[in-house]
Amino acid sequence: MNTKELAKLINGDILTPEIPLNREIKGGCGADLMSDVLASIKPEAVLLTGLCNIQVVRTAQMADVRAIVFVRGKMPQPETIELATREQIPLVTSPFGMFELCGRLYMAGLHSFETPLPNQDENVQSA
Amino acid sequence: MSNLHELYGRRGRIITDQDAQEISRVEELAYDLKICQVMTSQVKSVPPNISISNVLEILRLGRISGVPVIADGALRGILSIEDIVRAMEKNELGAPVSAYMSREVVSVNGYDPVVKALETFSEYRLGRLPVVDEHHQLVGIITKGDITRGILTALQKDYKEEELRRYRASHLFDDITSDRTSLILRYNIRARDYLNGGQASSYIKRALLRLGASPQLARQCGIAIYESEMNLIIHSDHGGTLRVQIEPHRILMQTTDDGPGIADLTKALTPGWSTATQDVRDMGFGAGMGLVNIRRCVDKMELDSAPGKGTRLLMEILLRPEDRFKEPADPEATL
Repeated sequence: MNTKELAKLINGDILTPEIPLNREIKGGCGADLMSDVLASIKPEAVLLTGLCNIQVVRTAQMADVRAIVFVRGKMPQPETIELATREQIPLVTSPFGMFELCGRLYMAGLHSFETPLPNQDENVQSA
Repeated sequence: MSNLHELYGRRGRIITDQDAQEISRVEELAYDLKICQVMTSQVKSVPPNISISNVLEILRLGRISGVPVIADGALRGILSIEDIVRAMEKNELGAPVSAYMSREVVSVNGYDPVVKALETFSEYRLGRLPVVDEHHQLVGIITKGDITRGILTALQKDYKEEELRRYRASHLFDDITSDRTSLILRYNIRARDYLNGGQASSYIKRALLRLGASPQLARQCGIAIYESEMNLIIHSDHGGTLRVQIEPHRILMQTTDDGPGIADLTKALTPGWSTATQDVRDMGFGAGMGLVNIRRCVDKMELDSAPGKGTRLLMEILLRPEDRFKEPADPEATL
């Protein structure tokens, strides 16, 4: 799915109107700790997060994240939106909580793009 | 992503990241560009009552293969070479256009994306499509050639500058002959400057891409350097420096600060262990995963620190043969 279709599934509002929304999103990752994101996310995923600061966009940029969704209707600061627009990473805010959002997207066919830690039992995490 | 598979099958080789980037950009443009932006808008049209031989002359002079037929401002049909051939076979070139034109005209809307025209072309096996506005008035005509031209122009306009930079940068190592060439980037990082945190890493990642690094390599370096940049911002007393040395076969990254230093290095390297304050944790950092992440991204990591002396973190990534930056051919080898 692309960002536009994703936003529709989660009643999301697009916060970066200048960015095209047609890039393919291949999977998802939900996290509030940026190091967790950097450690686990595969490229070209959507990031679901409760954090709204500018570092979320920087993290997304480093990890080749395709779109960021803020949970529970959170609104990022203007500088966060500004940086995301400059770096061409679409931002979406959704009224739903993290669990509901993951569930909705998973049901719609979007799979986890969170890689298990190398020392963990693969059977536990890989779906 | 069916295009990718098609390409894979046709050329019989694996798609590289570079290919994939270019394909997706063209795909993106097919969605971004509107039909009205690439169509030919000065369209020759004919009324239904003139003779087919007249149209033949119009096609010949205009070097085109079909014309829309318009009556009272509305699109009534299209007369193409194929229709004219049918009339010729029956020796009826004097017949009016309306007798031989195709009446069931498939058209597209000018505000639809170009991809819509591409789909229509393949669905109906057509070579040209009339373009209409919301009132069904003819506004132009679109062919596959128009789309190719439109996408090429857009690609050129969008990417000329970045491509030029990338082209120049990617030849850097190739163009300069020395026994050992390296490019060094240095950034001064201020302590507690959370707003600009990550900017240096962002510059470094972009520089690597411009130098021709693969997206995976740029990402790997980006993540390692971003974690270490954030460490300087969060933990150092007076900020520090970030130094990246790019060589054809490796990338060496280093952060240095003058304090406070790490008391227990073993603990610092333990996943989940952190001395970060609640403020920093609220920002999503200080989960005690930074150094663990860095170690995962690099081939070699050296952490050198003592309380009161500061910290130096050295990270080295050895480039796989396919990731190496191009060097000039060895002049000795040809002797």
